Amino acid sequence: MGVGPDLMVAPAVVVLDYGSGNLRSAQRALERAGATVEVTSDPDAVLAADGLVVPGVGAFAACMAGLTAVNGPKLIGRRLAGGRPVLGICVGMQVLFDAGVEHGVETAGLAQWPGVVERLHADVLPHMGWNTVQAPAQSRMFEGVRDDYFYFVHSYGVLDWTLPASDLMLPPLVTWTDYGTPFVSAVENGPLWATQFHPEKSGDGGARVLRNWIETLA
Amino acid sequence: MDLGSAAAVSLAVRVIPCLDVDAGRVVKGVNFADLRDAGDPVELAHRYDAAGADELVFLDITASSGKRETTYDMVRRTADQVFIPLTVGGGVRSVDDFDRLLRAGADKVSLSTAAVTGPDLIDAAARQFGSQCVVLSVDTRRAQGMASGFEVTTHGGRESTGRDTLAWVREAVARGVGEILLNSMDADGTRDGFDLDLIRAVRGCVDVPIIASGGAGRPEHAVPAVDAGADAVLAASIFHFGDVTIAEVKDALAAAGLPVRPLTA
Repeated sequence: MGVGPDLMVAPAVVVLDYGSGNLRSAQRALERAGATVEVTSDPDAVLAADGLVVPGVGAFAACMAGLTAVNGPKLIGRRLAGGRPVLGICVGMQVLFDAGVEHGVETAGLAQWPGVVERLHADVLPHMGWNTVQAPAQSRMFEGVRDDYFYFVHSYGVLDWTLPASDLMLPPLVTWTDYGTPFVSAVENGPLWATQFHPEKSGDGGARVLRNWIETLA
Repeated sequence: MDLGSAAAVSLAVRVIPCLDVDAGRVVKGVNFADLRDAGDPVELAHRYDAAGADELVFLDITASSGKRETTYDMVRRTADQVFIPLTVGGGVRSVDDFDRLLRAGADKVSLSTAAVTGPDLIDAAARQFGSQCVVLSVDTRRAQGMASGFEVTTHGGRESTGRDTLAWVREAVARGVGEILLNSMDADGTRDGFDLDLIRAVRGCVDVPIIASGGAGRPEHAVPAVDAGADAVLAASIFHFGDVTIAEVKDALAAAGLPVRPLTA
């Protein structure tokens, strides 16, 4: 392929550390997929990284509060304004939408995409375990993924994708999963990618998704 | 809202091996062929991952609290190499224990005795880390005098708590538990199948996922457990001794028309 040694340097990824939880798996899975990884909330590191991962577990409002405490919304906005890749995972994806509604309380999100994160319509919640995805044929995220089961743990999600189609922009690629009703399980939108599932806990298929993302960073 | 039974049709039934760990070492005989070290949690986690396990549960039976550090180290080493969900339970008594396990790489933490004696721990953990990582492990057996006929026990079924199982799981879910690991002490060790009455009773009163545990002896035992309302099935010795493989359980589930995650090999 004629790739020079300088291009083979592992991309530098920051996993944004804004609260407790299992960030170690994300770090190790990204390393296994070919990145060098730092877990930090240091603004300079967050802005300088080739790629930023925004994890998130727990409640929407708590994640927004945690993100805000480390200036996350502004840092993410600055990265995206410069076309710098960001990957949101689980609640880290949910906060990219307009708002989240939990227990009747609406919390504003980062509004990168229109839509509201609401409680899934299913008999058993959380939606916990391995489920399939229906990805668009052009998806780069799922390129080469043979095993299409991914690990989910969440009770809330985006049930309606409301971004109007426009001739002026490349439409985001939206991937869906069924649990009770269809919900958005992944989005690819230029430099902004997100998954509702946990690629870092999804075995080889998840590793492939992370590798596909890391390849966009080079 | 009419969701019907097709609601969760693509969510795979999870098949979960449970490993007992003492001072960072797996105990109670694991019998895979060609194991370099039958007590090494990392090697066993790899084996079970390759064998199709959808999740792993480590039950820490370390008696000495002075040796808890070995547990965190074991979780770290496992999570560094095995990329499927990891639940760790046993001896978790505080939000701090919880936090340390999550930071070491556990995805979920199961509470048992400490939740019975101090249920506020559930609220505190769910508030801080989210319900999705709070698992309630319930050891239960049939008992006279309980409204539901089932009583919560501790210490592997040896000690009664005087608490009704259904009342307890309802309370625990209201406090923030996101999943129930339901151990039938009556079925445990019998290999006669899961306790279907118990699963049905608990399914009837909570809407969080249920992991059925206790009684698994043959692959096809998983099917009625799921029909009774279990979202996942857990077993220990039958997997460890190689009597039944994860793949055989998945084949039995698939043959009954239930969704499973196929082996990737």
